[in-house]
Amino acid sequence: MDVLTLSRLQFAMTAGFHFLFVPLTLGLSILVAFMESRYVFTGNPLYLRMTRFWGKLFLINFAVGLVTGLTLEFQFGMNWASYSRFVGDIFGTPLAIEATAAFFLESTFIGLWIFGWKRLSPRLHAFTIWVVAFATNFSALWILLANGWMQHPVGFVLRNARAEMVDFPALLTSSYGWLKFLHTITAGYVTAAFFVLGISAWQILKKREVPLFKSSFRIAAVFGLLSSMAVVGIGDFHGAEVARVQPGKLAAMESLWETESSVPFYLFVLPDAKNERNSIEAVGIPYMVSFLAYRDIHAELKGLKEFPREDRPPVMETFLGFRIMVALGGLFMLLAAIALYLSVRNRLESLPRFLWLMALSLPLPYLAGQAGWVVAEVGRQPWIVYGLLRTKDAVSPNIAGSQVLFSLIGLGLLYTFLGIVGLCLMIYHIRKGPEPEATEPGASS
Amino acid sequence: MDYQLIWFVLWGLLWAAYFATGGFDLGAGMLLPGLGKTEHEKEALLESFGPLWNGNEVWLVTAGGATFAAFPTAYAVLFSSFYIPLLLILFALIVRGVALEFREKLASQSWRKACDTAIVTGSVVPAFLFGVFFGNVFQGLPLDDRGYSGTFLQLLNPYTLLAGILFCVLFLSHGALWIAYRTEGDLSMRAATFARNYWPAVALAVILFFISSIFKTQLFANYLQNALLFLFPVLSLLSLAALRFYLKKSEFLSAFLFSGLNIILVMATALAGLYPNLLPSLSNPSFSITIFNASSGLYTLKIMTVAAAVFVPIILVYQLWVYRIFRHKIPAARTGEDLYL
Repeated sequence: MDVLTLSRLQFAMTAGFHFLFVPLTLGLSILVAFMESRYVFTGNPLYLRMTRFWGKLFLINFAVGLVTGLTLEFQFGMNWASYSRFVGDIFGTPLAIEATAAFFLESTFIGLWIFGWKRLSPRLHAFTIWVVAFATNFSALWILLANGWMQHPVGFVLRNARAEMVDFPALLTSSYGWLKFLHTITAGYVTAAFFVLGISAWQILKKREVPLFKSSFRIAAVFGLLSSMAVVGIGDFHGAEVARVQPGKLAAMESLWETESSVPFYLFVLPDAKNERNSIEAVGIPYMVSFLAYRDIHAELKGLKEFPREDRPPVMETFLGFRIMVALGGLFMLLAAIALYLSVRNRLESLPRFLWLMALSLPLPYLAGQAGWVVAEVGRQPWIVYGLLRTKDAVSPNIAGSQVLFSLIGLGLLYTFLGIVGLCLMIYHIRKGPEPEATEPGASS
Repeated sequence: MDYQLIWFVLWGLLWAAYFATGGFDLGAGMLLPGLGKTEHEKEALLESFGPLWNGNEVWLVTAGGATFAAFPTAYAVLFSSFYIPLLLILFALIVRGVALEFREKLASQSWRKACDTAIVTGSVVPAFLFGVFFGNVFQGLPLDDRGYSGTFLQLLNPYTLLAGILFCVLFLSHGALWIAYRTEGDLSMRAATFARNYWPAVALAVILFFISSIFKTQLFANYLQNALLFLFPVLSLLSLAALRFYLKKSEFLSAFLFSGLNIILVMATALAGLYPNLLPSLSNPSFSITIFNASSGLYTLKIMTVAAAVFVPIILVYQLWVYRIFRHKIPAARTGEDLYL
């Protein structure tokens, strides 16, 4: 295989793996901060034990997310040198600001939180995890403004065969970037909510620490309902933005081949990219796609055939990713609403089947998150910077296929190993459960 | 004002900041089995930099990000030219970071042994390879219009290997001084003795590096233009002497600070000679990557300067605050109470 294919595989793998850990960090930091604040304000030791139990799982997840982020930063220069040269002026800036404005804060305060239990007052200690939560989400803003720029480049001119920045505020206020940011962090909150819901459900089933886990369940159900409504609502706006600035991607998401007005939404569709048509199209909801994309039931959408073949994204992957994401988004709202209702009515323990359902739903937000990134990144192809630079022209000219093969295999093995170790440690600590009662803060590890 | 020059200085300072801070936790990591004789001592040694190494490593992330934003062409050429060493550094830092965070998460002896091995390997490899990396930068590479296309083994020669060893030696001493400062009892004593016995090797490595740079690189060409630059190597040697002086008086914090200063001055000595190159071309000088042909547009450089002027002072303030919070001596024998999660 050539340098381009191998580098694409490697980027997909390393970014996908990194994004298994990031969403949980985004949301669980907030949940843990909330739990610790409740401990500070109520003095109830239950919340301290809750904080420390979820905090430990948070840290295991955080460590892997942290170290795998470095690969992404290095990789732009290592594998995508032509891209880096082309966009560094405007893409490097948010990355550099992310490091100074957010990542420093996050990394410094996480150390303070881990080691500060006896060094800081309870209030100050709780404050440090809020700083971590803020910095994590703030860091996501800069990264997604950078990614938003690849999707919808703004604030630049082409000069000396490079994209040079001329309007930084345009980058900062890019609606595409902001929608992407809001959609991504709320997806992270859903992930964290279902993580806490799933593990709490399992512990309640096992009749372990029931009050602690019923309380955790309640907190996560509220958070999950709010965030799943938000992620779907923002996703809707994000979709409308995609329709406006990336019509080719939208056509692939909907598998729409011909330019049409008043486009219906078909529940069952099977794309047939070879013959440029759908082999199945059944159960249509009239006007729905036109309405969702342009807020106008009669709006005209461009079909894929309007675009030269070499400018179209892979239809099947983009379409499936979108369908999976949207279906799961609806499911999350439903499950979170039922979870909250049953929790408030105190009927959880009498419904073991629902608890099992929640426990088994834990992986679904991960699936939705990965599917979402397939839509975003595969749907952007063949461009690395939409409309400006093709992915095939972005790769490093001076590296050998053998080097990339080596790094792909090496990183693949390392990440598999890391994933297994992280998962085993999580399972070990979940089974071990919270620390025993009547311990002082920090009295056991 | 010349923004390219400002960013060259900031770029050098960011790398130097990483080596002066990350350097001690890498060095301490290498010394884990050497100085930590018991499990308690190992835990104390790890706790001496446990809350701090994450923040230290962000200097590296920032140095990388700043290279990308301020000198995109240099970022592209450097990172793709050093593909294999950077990949190995990545492997090492990933394994090390996870081992540091996961070590205490299981009580098993064999687990901790495995983590210790990962921490030592994960500390030696980046120290050595960053040395090799900068050795090659100082010396220059055969470049064409795409960058460097040679193999990893061609990056290794006596000068770059010396630079790799220099970095290891500097970080080992730096780490030992940190341990001597932060811990108590036997562990602190052992670290101090190590630093003391080891000092001649540090001095020798620095002097050898300066001398071989005269013969093996063009670094001292700038020095002939501007004799003031000689202050850097001279101050470097003076700070080594000060390190020795305070070490003898068992004032470990001062010794440690002079050790950090020396690391910064060694970098400054080399980078002052490198200017205005970021990666000299040994084949055709027109392919040299300089701060002028590799930089971003003026607009980007201005934005970045503002960002740095706002955020770097804030970072320094809260980092110093955190270093102050964790300035207490870590008892070598635990009282059965873990202080962390």
